[in-house]
Amino acid sequence: MKKLINRPEDVVTEELRGIEAAHPDLVRVNYGPNYIVRADAPLQGKVALVSGGGSGHEPMHGGFVGMGMLDAACPGEVFTSPTPDQMLEATKAVDGGAGVLHIVKNYTGDVMNFDMAAELARGEGIDVESVVIDDDVAVQDSLYTAGRRGVGTTVLAEKICGAAAEERRPLAEVAELCRKVNANGRSMGMALTSCTVPAAGAPTFELGDDEMEIGIGIHGEPGRERRKLAPAAEISRELTEPIVSDVPFAEGDEVLAFVNSMGGTPLIELYVVYNELNRLLSERGIRITRNLIGPYITSLEMAGCSITLLKLDDELTRLWDAPVKTPGLRWGA
Amino acid sequence: MHDGVTVSYDDVLRWIQTFAATMAEQRQYLTRLDSAIGDADHGINMDRGMQAALAKVDGLADGDIGALLKTVGMALVSTVGGAGGPLYGTLFLQMGMATTNKSELGPDDWRAALDAGLQGVQMRGKAEPGDKTMVDALTPARDALSAAVADGASFDEALRRSAAAAEDGMQATIPLVARKGRASYLGERSAGHQDPGATSSYLLLRTAADTWGGAAAPTDKEES
Repeated sequence: MKKLINRPEDVVTEELRGIEAAHPDLVRVNYGPNYIVRADAPLQGKVALVSGGGSGHEPMHGGFVGMGMLDAACPGEVFTSPTPDQMLEATKAVDGGAGVLHIVKNYTGDVMNFDMAAELARGEGIDVESVVIDDDVAVQDSLYTAGRRGVGTTVLAEKICGAAAEERRPLAEVAELCRKVNANGRSMGMALTSCTVPAAGAPTFELGDDEMEIGIGIHGEPGRERRKLAPAAEISRELTEPIVSDVPFAEGDEVLAFVNSMGGTPLIELYVVYNELNRLLSERGIRITRNLIGPYITSLEMAGCSITLLKLDDELTRLWDAPVKTPGLRWGA
Repeated sequence: MHDGVTVSYDDVLRWIQTFAATMAEQRQYLTRLDSAIGDADHGINMDRGMQAALAKVDGLADGDIGALLKTVGMALVSTVGGAGGPLYGTLFLQMGMATTNKSELGPDDWRAALDAGLQGVQMRGKAEPGDKTMVDALTPARDALSAAVADGASFDEALRRSAAAAEDGMQATIPLVARKGRASYLGERSAGHQDPGATSSYLLLRTAADTWGGAAAPTDKEES
């Protein structure tokens, strides 16, 4: 295992210390239980947004804490859900009397831990709503699975709902907006290489030099199929078609196109994929009116990418464009 | 087990300590099982959680088995994370509720505790038998324990039958297609792998049988 770390068991704490040292103007960090909050939290009368999940997906979620996005993030161990005590303390720390929205990615652990935290917070008199993001078209949503995984749309939901909360919209409306983003966003990812969880010390899965995994999850969970490596044009098509046919996206639609690095893939390749995506959508009469390109929801050092499309309307576009000031995403402020 | 009929607070504490040692020993094994169909953290998380539980129970000395088990449950909920935290945390919390104010457990107390724990796990995780989860080890273990108690078997015998049933249940997860948890995303590809949660649950019941069993054996018997 080659990593820029000291001891595997200290990675998350030392990362938090780094974030705290780098962004004191934006965030505060609490240790034991671990959570990151906006430097100016709690904001009276504003709905607070809390998210969280395993570490290893940086900048999500801690990098999205700040004005116009999250009020708090709870980092778990690498690829492991955070715990209810973290979520409860973070929820109490950011509640400004207008209630708290938990944005939860659909993984068994995340859902159960956030459920326990919401029960505890409600027990302490805090109004909590939870929205589960499940946008990954790589896995079947059926009675026989835990449902679709939550991936790229989470980043877009945190940005858009964060903007709505800044407008002092009430909790029920912000939660409804979050469900709307989830209903209109779809993603799919692929991996060129595996990744190594520091505490495990060995790659999560094996992938041959000439192989790729289509439909990979953000924790290295296997996807739809493993196949021989193909050119970017073919890979882009394989990711795009299941997304477009799922919502479905139709001629005349305006979309936000999010091309994300799994951590190890450089921007030069993301732009190659974006070019292919732009061409594929143009052929279908779907217009990209906003985009996000870069590493925003990663899987440690995994090479590969994911594509997320979000169908936009005037409301979503306006909220996407609203100012945001966080360590990981910043414009207009 | 002092007299073969009940287990004391100290016996339960020894079981917790033995289970913690087992999780430390089996950390890589459980993580390897998890990397085949999950996210490669089950052994790491259970080891971390049980170490935290050991630190918490160290300060307890009031002889209340329910308080001991609840303390373990809270430690797991707040340190394990993943799905294992809420599930194992709930298992111990519910076992603790079922044994509140008890300073010793007879076979029927243990059956009631395991039953409450299993029901808690199913309420939290919404898994049914056959979904390829820890429920597949705990359910046959609870059923075998109940049957043994009904048969009038000794506590020792009941514990052994319960652990054996858990082992069978664990092995029976191998051909199953997962319907809950991260392994469910693999669909058919999850078949052929033993479920890590069922494995740690088997180890929990195996350590109970080993730690509390052998009532007829010399009192200085060491665990193998």
